[in-house]
Amino acid sequence: MTSSPSLTAAELAFLTAAVDTLIPADDLSPSGSDCGVVDFIEWQLASPWGEGAGLYRDGPFFQAKPEHGYQLRFTPRELFRAGIAAANVWTRSAHGKDFNQLADIDRIAALKAFEEGSAEFSGVPSKEVFEALLNLTMEGFFADPIYGGNRDCSAWKMIGYPGLPARYREAVSTSFGKRYDQPPRSIADFS
Amino acid sequence: MTVKLKEVDVVVVGMGWTGSILARELTKAGLHVVGLERGPRRTSEEDFAPPSIRDELKYAIRLALIQDAQRETVTMRHSPSETALPIRRLGAFLPGSGLGGSGVVWNGITSRFLPSDFELRGHLTQRYGRAAIPSDLAVADFGVTYAELEPFYDRFEKLCGVSGKAGNLRGRQIAGGNIFEGERSDDYPNKPLVTSKPGTLFARAAAELGYHPFPVPSANASAAYTNPEGATLNACEYCGHCDRFGCAVNAKASPNSTLHPVLLQDPNFELRDHAAVKQLVYDRAVRKVRSVRYVDVRTGAEYEQPAGLVLLCAYVFNNALLMLHSGIGAPYDPATAKGVVGKNYCYQTTSRVQVFMEDEEINPFMASGVNGMAIDDVNGDNFDHSGLGFFGGAMIFCSPASGRPIMIRPVPPGTPRWGAAWKQATAKWYNHSFFINVSGASYAHRHSHLDLDPNYRDALGRPLIRMTYDFQENDRTLVAHAAGVAVKIAQAMNPTMMTAPPAQRGSFHTVPYQSTHNTGGTIMGSDPGSSVVNRYLQSWDADNLFVMGASTFPQNAGYAPTATVAALAYWSAHAITTQYLKNQGPLVDA
Repeated sequence: MTSSPSLTAAELAFLTAAVDTLIPADDLSPSGSDCGVVDFIEWQLASPWGEGAGLYRDGPFFQAKPEHGYQLRFTPRELFRAGIAAANVWTRSAHGKDFNQLADIDRIAALKAFEEGSAEFSGVPSKEVFEALLNLTMEGFFADPIYGGNRDCSAWKMIGYPGLPARYREAVSTSFGKRYDQPPRSIADFS
Repeated sequence: MTVKLKEVDVVVVGMGWTGSILARELTKAGLHVVGLERGPRRTSEEDFAPPSIRDELKYAIRLALIQDAQRETVTMRHSPSETALPIRRLGAFLPGSGLGGSGVVWNGITSRFLPSDFELRGHLTQRYGRAAIPSDLAVADFGVTYAELEPFYDRFEKLCGVSGKAGNLRGRQIAGGNIFEGERSDDYPNKPLVTSKPGTLFARAAAELGYHPFPVPSANASAAYTNPEGATLNACEYCGHCDRFGCAVNAKASPNSTLHPVLLQDPNFELRDHAAVKQLVYDRAVRKVRSVRYVDVRTGAEYEQPAGLVLLCAYVFNNALLMLHSGIGAPYDPATAKGVVGKNYCYQTTSRVQVFMEDEEINPFMASGVNGMAIDDVNGDNFDHSGLGFFGGAMIFCSPASGRPIMIRPVPPGTPRWGAAWKQATAKWYNHSFFINVSGASYAHRHSHLDLDPNYRDALGRPLIRMTYDFQENDRTLVAHAAGVAVKIAQAMNPTMMTAPPAQRGSFHTVPYQSTHNTGGTIMGSDPGSSVVNRYLQSWDADNLFVMGASTFPQNAGYAPTATVAALAYWSAHAITTQYLKNQGPLVDA
């Protein structure tokens, strides 16, 4: 997580602070960044998906109803770049510091303001930035560890999801109505 | 420059369920068939193998087997007075792409429609009187009856090795099956799968309330099975990776597992993949389609393939797009209710109740695409609609299909979406919560339709399909009624807590996944003034063009459409091979 060809140091600092606020360390799991979620986000933003694969990008772009879903010009990478910069501008104006320098309680309050859309960002809606951040964070936490997050299957252990090989033809009867306690395994364990 | 190819007997546009069924039936009849598929060639062995197929991020979130919205999508507006915007990232519905199409990525619900669903206007008129049907409710008859389709439903169930239990075998009611279903000529080829814990709890509560639970018919084989084509399906592993995935053990019926092992070996069949069809070349003077223009999306090269017979087997949206873009049939105009192509776009109305039971271990990750229980007591016209203010109904079912944790991590209502409290609730409830689902009918409204968008284009330079659609009063009251029954059943399960069903949603929303059961746009019927294809799915405007799929439904019933889509494909193939090939012209006089 030290060298980062695609994210700036400021972006990495923001993401680490944000991810650890969304997924704090406790008895249930290590923090989001200790589970590799920031690495996950960095790799995803550098992937074809981050560059806009699967996203219809032709204009014209209009102000939309919520039912129209995402209508911004930005690729995910561009949205994160603009969103992180705007978030730091907002926290500097509210608290005089970048987001990652805030105390835990102020980080929580800032993320809530982004989530509700009550934080006014310039050039990009804070709600859209938050939704993209939350989605990508949860994807990283719960996806197979081959993508860099969910290190040691931490998230799967937290909920009791056994991962692979997912062959339950016997267990669907023998474990019917009973807890199925098996240490989770990743795609990497079978490759 | 377009390369003009040598004429072939048949060209099939789209190689999902209907294209594969038609290609198989027509090659068997001795014709040379070319299948054009916009996506890549895919086989179960090479493309759906473990461990890499067990990748939720790649398949369920980044949608590796789904239509690429960057190349082609749909625009949406709620009413004709609005400007439509493109669905930039697919959400509410997810059509498959690549060989096998949506037939690869479905869950396998294989319900038949009710007999009254096919004769809806006639049936409702007879039972409730003409005056009872609101003037803007554009319900129509299919032009084919359940009894006519029954042998073809039976064929599809045997092709797929469907697991289920008959409820009406040659008129004899069988307890434990669906006693509301139309008369069946035979039982399902496989016994029901092992019912999930939630399904078992649901069935017990429903039966206590006097409803009639039955196992949801499932195209996931409960035991190894060899179909009439000689293709072998293995027993389902309950892996919880069904919808949005290809099957790792060849237990889910798909075109790839049930038909392609034979079809791809047949010298009469030629598959061309990465072939995106741009246009049908229509000769209005002689009322024939002469050829099909397509682009090899890898090279950009454009080809024109002449054919004696053209079968339009794409997904609902591309069927409508190709008809409109090729100038075949009069486009529908909602202002005048005249014209036919694009009319009666319908969907699936949905709702759900979330149940939390802290003492029950659910193991949501042990699931087949379908291994749950349902009731049909409030579906179709199985109950008296007098004075209710709506027509139609819903299947209510409990059949959790996965515990894949990026998507499935239930928390009680009011829980924050992140932070310490969210973590605690997620860890506590993951193994103790599930949904009861409502899958309701969607009856056509005169405003709901598909046409060509004036502002946005696809990767081939054509207009995107524009959807004008919103939920109407009939949809809202229908879903509220069925959701009320789902709530009663949930309460009878004595849960720790439950959610109220979404108070009937406002407008159609393009983001949360609801259903890939889009229907209409090229509807079938008995009259060229009100339908696009006749009862054999033959175009009224070109006798050598047949249009397959749910785009031919005049409205959608309270069921998943696949079995009916496939039964209609077999019905049409039968008409082509037994009637059309002997006497090439309209099968029904206009």
